[in-house]
Amino acid sequence: MISVTGLSKRYGTYLAVDDVSFNIEKGEIIGFLGPNGAGKSTIMNILTGYLSMTKGSVSIDGYDIVDYPEKAKKKIGYLPELPPLYTDMKVREYLNFIYDLKGVKFPKKPHIDEVLRLVKIDNVQNRLIKNLSKGYRQRVGFGAALVGNPDVLVLDEPTVGLDPKQIIEIRNLITKLGKNHTIILSSHILSEIQTVCDRIIIINRGKLIADDNKQDLIAKISKDRSLVAQIIGDENKVIEEISKIEGVLNVYSNGKVDGGAFEIVIEPMKGADVRTKVFNKTVGLGASMLSFKDNSMSLEQVFLRLTEATDSEVEAMLSNIKEKTGDSEEGEEE
Amino acid sequence: MRAVFKREFKAYFTTPIGYIVLCAFYAYLGLMFWTTYGAGVPDITGIISGTSVINFFFIPILTMRLMCEDRRQKVDQALLTAPVKLISIVLGKFLAAFAVFAMAYAPTVIFELVFASKVSVNVMTYIYSLIGVLLLGATLISIGMFISCLTESTAVAAILAIVVNIVFMLMSMFSDAVKDNKWFGWLSKVFDKLDFITASENFNYSIFRFADIIYFVSITAVFVFLSVRSLEKRRWS
Repeated sequence: MISVTGLSKRYGTYLAVDDVSFNIEKGEIIGFLGPNGAGKSTIMNILTGYLSMTKGSVSIDGYDIVDYPEKAKKKIGYLPELPPLYTDMKVREYLNFIYDLKGVKFPKKPHIDEVLRLVKIDNVQNRLIKNLSKGYRQRVGFGAALVGNPDVLVLDEPTVGLDPKQIIEIRNLITKLGKNHTIILSSHILSEIQTVCDRIIIINRGKLIADDNKQDLIAKISKDRSLVAQIIGDENKVIEEISKIEGVLNVYSNGKVDGGAFEIVIEPMKGADVRTKVFNKTVGLGASMLSFKDNSMSLEQVFLRLTEATDSEVEAMLSNIKEKTGDSEEGEEE
Repeated sequence: MRAVFKREFKAYFTTPIGYIVLCAFYAYLGLMFWTTYGAGVPDITGIISGTSVINFFFIPILTMRLMCEDRRQKVDQALLTAPVKLISIVLGKFLAAFAVFAMAYAPTVIFELVFASKVSVNVMTYIYSLIGVLLLGATLISIGMFISCLTESTAVAAILAIVVNIVFMLMSMFSDAVKDNKWFGWLSKVFDKLDFITASENFNYSIFRFADIIYFVSITAVFVFLSVRSLEKRRWS
């Protein structure tokens, strides 16, 4: 659906985007991650034809954005970082304007009504945009992107400025739209990407440093996938018995924790899932397990680790992955 | 193009700009009519050609926010990522400004009717001078619009356009000044060609020449084209 090849963008001497390539299939929801100034917005602006690239090519559904800009742009709905709104217009008036501008063919009134309903702004449709709060403006911008029902949605931080309830609504909407749209979403809120997206692209200093599905990415970067358990019972016996379980490489104690329990760390062998066995064994010994969780990194940690690392460190981390075949399932059990 | 035109035309009247410009213009026209009528001279072309100089200052106010306001508010992102050609965005804006400008001359129809009720008038004279002033206006609008493309500040756009217009206004003076100069005498011909006022005045004498029409249309086309290029260039910089 979207194919980006060797994309570079230079502002004077500053290289904002450096040789980025990726492909996005129809129906995927892609999360774009990166610290401020990483080049996310620049890439999105190039994808949507607002900026042009210094090098490389972008094609949307087979149409090159430079050679066939109108055809390519017709497929895209774009919500930029700051929603582009004429603040002297009313909400409905503005969406009508976007409808006319895009030359949409659907019947006008029902289509605009549907968009207003989808982003939940039908109650402010006759208010001036300049009098709306940031959250509402954001949703008007989202609505404008949905006008014409384009196949691809490019959303640059769509939930910024919304309250927690609205954030959940918008996330649900994105998930819902994801069923029949291709979506590129950028966000600083990692949990958002984690809940909404299937695949994550991490950009740092203009370079693409990771492009993988969510679980694999976490699995790849987590150096030591270990399990941590808090147990009440005979510490030595438990450690001894658990270390005998097939698939367990090493067990060591972290010492006492609150409530008279002790904490142990279990390192499984590559590819082995020992969680059920460990749990059953513990209970079998008459000990109680208070908590039991996967110690793999959260996306937040992965993100920090990747974006704070130097280029060579990143390369080492990612190549480390290929040898690591461990299952990508991450779970939390209690 | 229609969407942009509709939006821009309406914007003139959701902000005070359209009202202020039109009110001031109508007041001036009314004053001119009053003095002309009072003097017993049924001369509509005098009233219309009297507005030429005013236009050099009024039109920059109409054009100042055409392009730069979008850019300042980042609304250009909506326009430039929509599946439309740049030329239709530019033309939509140009035509909106031109429509407001043309509205400024609506009262002259009433004036002409008043004159016609008293004496016999030559309608073609009126139409010629109207065409002349509208062509001059279109040219000044295209220049103002191009200048508005170059900056992000409406004030800068207005002032710059007024300065440029004053330079064009003084062309005949420049021409006279260098006419007898040994080395730069040839420049006077160039200045003469850029003298908008003289070119538009031909219409007031009911001299209808295609050359004059093509003159204004081509200058307008050049600045519309330059506006498109400047939007295009922004993408590449």
